[in-house]
Amino acid sequence: MSDEEDDIILSELNDEELVQQMFDDLYDGLKEEIEESVNILLERKWEPYRILTEALVGGMTIVGQDFRDGILFVPEVLLAANAMKGGMAILKPLLIETGAPRVGKMVMGTVKGDIHDIGKNLVGMMMEGAGFEIVDLGINTDVDGYLNAIKEEGADILGMSALLTTTMPYMKVVIDTMVELGIRDDYIVLVGGAPLNDEFGRAIGADAYCRDAAVAVETAKELIARKHNQMSA
Amino acid sequence: MQRRRTRPERRRTTLPQHGQIDDAALVTSEVTPAGDGKILLLACGALAREILAVTKGNGWDHLDLHCLPAILHNAPDRIPDAVEHAVKKYQQAYQQIFVVYADCGTGGVLKQRCAELGVEMMAGPHCYSFYEGNDAFADHSDEITAFYLTDFLVRQFDAFITQPLSLDRNPELREMYFGNYTKLVYQSQIEDPLLLEKAKYYAEFLQLEFEHRPTGYGDLQTELAALKSAP
Repeated sequence: MSDEEDDIILSELNDEELVQQMFDDLYDGLKEEIEESVNILLERKWEPYRILTEALVGGMTIVGQDFRDGILFVPEVLLAANAMKGGMAILKPLLIETGAPRVGKMVMGTVKGDIHDIGKNLVGMMMEGAGFEIVDLGINTDVDGYLNAIKEEGADILGMSALLTTTMPYMKVVIDTMVELGIRDDYIVLVGGAPLNDEFGRAIGADAYCRDAAVAVETAKELIARKHNQMSA
Repeated sequence: MQRRRTRPERRRTTLPQHGQIDDAALVTSEVTPAGDGKILLLACGALAREILAVTKGNGWDHLDLHCLPAILHNAPDRIPDAVEHAVKKYQQAYQQIFVVYADCGTGGVLKQRCAELGVEMMAGPHCYSFYEGNDAFADHSDEITAFYLTDFLVRQFDAFITQPLSLDRNPELREMYFGNYTKLVYQSQIEDPLLLEKAKYYAEFLQLEFEHRPTGYGDLQTELAALKSAP
């Protein structure tokens, strides 16, 4: 680290500079700096929801774009996510207290037979940042696990993730079961994972395949809005 | 706002012939065929040493070898195109081309591509599977929290695991990558005490239980034995 970088004192930056610095710190995966900056903005009476959306989600959006463009790779994204997680841990209880806007509720999990959850966790974090309530079922989730949770939680969205070509067909098992039970159209179903694509998503009857966390957020927002419009029509 | 990180350009060299197998070079480089033999084995670089051990050990001179960079293992979506390119490059020079890749995370795309190209390929989901024998490996279908290493992956652990995942610079990421795994299964193709020690060390490094499963060459040897050249 250079002397110049050492000289940055976060509390001496104005709001705009501090947010820009948070973008940089997220990009570099500096968790402690992000936590410090979140606390500074709270002391300056920023609403928790504003810190979340303008600083943390704003910074992670840049990280996501650069990942998509092949500038950043998985390790850098994970470090950034870890830094955001640090900020989120401070904000989460405050967001509940202050009643931040809720866009919708999503139950998500990695499918049965699969233990890979890095992508799923990133999606969950970015969805939370966008105002969705997330119920994360973890890994190796079977049909009953998904269906019980969407019912009990009153979810709007079911999200399924898989990294293995051998486990991704299980998503169809879940969707087919929903069809059999007559509940398929009650939920938005989003799927994601490295070996998936749009064609696979359509073939199994999902509403959308989401190639990354940013696309998942945008798709979820769009489909929720469409659902609300249909209901009010 | 976006800052451009620069990454070092990968070294690309082509091995002159497969008589000189250098594991480190196999990661990113191709092995060119020696030009003899009537059947070309078009293989993953991670199998080069083992294939040569089988073919030379059995005196199967009718089998020649071309290997694609082993690092494609980490980008399976690129395997079908790379295989197709190589098949088209060499198909006139050989009686037959046999693709020594399993599905390898291509989700059936490689199998479909091979069918379109009129070439056969190894059966099974991964080399972990055909080394153990696809039938025997299928019995471990509940073994979802196992992380597999072969001899090649033990020898090239840093190139395939430590460096791409940045575990050397950011060991705190270990939990995010491997937190859901419970054991490391080392499938050894040869008996080598040094590799065994290294595999144990990597299990400890990843904080996983260790299991040693000597497999030999499994279905690889069986499939190659079945390749007969026309007179």
